[in-house]
Amino acid sequence: MQLVDKDQVAKSLSGRLLFNKSMKFLFLLCTMVGLVVLVTLIVDTVLDGWDHLTWDFLTSFSSSRPESAGIYGAIIGSIWLMAVTAPVAIILSVGTALYLEEYAPKNKVTNFITVNISNLAGVPSVVFGLLGLTIFVRQLSLGNSVMAAGLTLALMIMPVIVVAAQEAIRAVPGSVREASIGMGATKWQTVSRIILPAAIPGIITGVILALSRAIGETAPLVVIGVPVSLLVTPNSVFDTFQALPMQIYNWVKMPQEEFQYLTAAGIIILLLILFLMNSVAIFIRNKYSKRF
Amino acid sequence: MAELKMKEESVMNEAVSTQTEQQNQKSGIVQSSRPVFEAKDFNLWYGDNHALQNINLTFSENEISAIIGPSGCGKSTFIKSLNRMVELVPVVRTEGDIVYRDQNIFDKSLTVEELRTKVGMVFQKPNPFPKSIYDNVAYGARVHGIRKKKVLDEIVEKSLRGAAIWDEVKDRLNANAYGLSGGQQQRICIARALAIEPDVILMDEPTSALDPISTTKIEDLMQELKEKYSIIVVTHNMQQAARISDKTAFFYQGYVVEHDDTKVIFENPKDKRTEDYVSGRFG
Repeated sequence: MQLVDKDQVAKSLSGRLLFNKSMKFLFLLCTMVGLVVLVTLIVDTVLDGWDHLTWDFLTSFSSSRPESAGIYGAIIGSIWLMAVTAPVAIILSVGTALYLEEYAPKNKVTNFITVNISNLAGVPSVVFGLLGLTIFVRQLSLGNSVMAAGLTLALMIMPVIVVAAQEAIRAVPGSVREASIGMGATKWQTVSRIILPAAIPGIITGVILALSRAIGETAPLVVIGVPVSLLVTPNSVFDTFQALPMQIYNWVKMPQEEFQYLTAAGIIILLLILFLMNSVAIFIRNKYSKRF
Repeated sequence: MAELKMKEESVMNEAVSTQTEQQNQKSGIVQSSRPVFEAKDFNLWYGDNHALQNINLTFSENEISAIIGPSGCGKSTFIKSLNRMVELVPVVRTEGDIVYRDQNIFDKSLTVEELRTKVGMVFQKPNPFPKSIYDNVAYGARVHGIRKKKVLDEIVEKSLRGAAIWDEVKDRLNANAYGLSGGQQQRICIARALAIEPDVILMDEPTSALDPISTTKIEDLMQELKEKYSIIVVTHNMQQAARISDKTAFFYQGYVVEHDDTKVIFENPKDKRTEDYVSGRFG
């Protein structure tokens, strides 16, 4: 007895193949929607801002007159800000991830902490701003300094890096861990010589994503009270400063049309810095990239 | 200091053993070599699962001891107990003693790092580090504080020669060990274990992931290695145990059923279960 009807099989074939092809086009369409929007945004911004991207614009401080307003203070301020945020966030996050994955006992408490770190990643940035305002600006009397804002942003991006680092550490096969421990290496030697080098590509990816978010973040800086107009750059981490996203946010609120073009120019600068940061990170990632 | 002391002790031990050997020669008794590992009423639990029950076993110097038995009989658990790797499983609890060269391995005075330096391990699946061949083999030495390039070079060459893979890799020591075949990777892992000059080498099914030719190479290698090291090998492959080992222990459901000369185990076992297992009736 024949259970499989050959005619039926032959009949359904063309339909299945057609559906197969159409699904491919559906997914391509999904990708294109995102791409087209992104390209439109970038092209529109570049067209608006390109003419204002002059040397004077890059080297002048902010001003209420659009023709003499520049972005120098904001660029320098954002670099200062990242110089505080990046090391603090990376050290705290990688340390946390290593503790949770390698040292902490595998029990309910550890599990609870891990789950809640992922939840922290979803907390709105303005909440972190309030935290920074309460603890760093007021309690520790840091004022609206680079340090206060840097620490706030570091706390904000910590969960993202911790989760990425945990995943990267977890992806290192247990067998190489055993090999190292089995030769009499200590935990720290195993971590520093085997696990971290193998996990670095994954950790860096998390760091890129997190820092990209931090450098464009506006809400916490608004809450902390970062000034929008300042005629000096900070000399130390305890000085106040300007930041790129704050500058852009301020310009976009301005009534004069000229400022809209400055906004576009500012966005181009922010994107370029982002691009530069990502390139460095990708370079490091590829350098350390090792396969299992 | 500690090292010096140990040397003294071992010299003394040797003196004692030569004495007894001489005595034995006089009396005409053939003395088997000194024990390296002795399990005494050793029990192990994974949570509530009593995985090893009253294990009493002795392994001697410069021998290949095979541990055979069906899946889940506790043979891997036992070999991992010998260098305390089994403790990486968080729910493990042990009772009883395992004595390594007159020292209880569970004693506080012996750190696991020290124990694992003397008792090397080769794992079931080749597990080289994602590093160059050179760095893989030099890893142990570096971990133990050897930094001089010249010394490291020598260690690497000696170990690779010892693992019978020097000729195959000498021109590409800086290539990633992952580019090698499975059998070559396993021999790199053996070289890596040899590089810290251990006393005992534990092998947990070292050839189960390899093709027959690589398996033969590693078996030949084990015969050479037993001149210098004591080897304890867990194997699934009974022909392998019969081919390579001097002594064989048959594990079944967490017990040692029989432990004897390999010849006896395979040709004239005392226990019915051993006979059934080695003749392929179950397992």
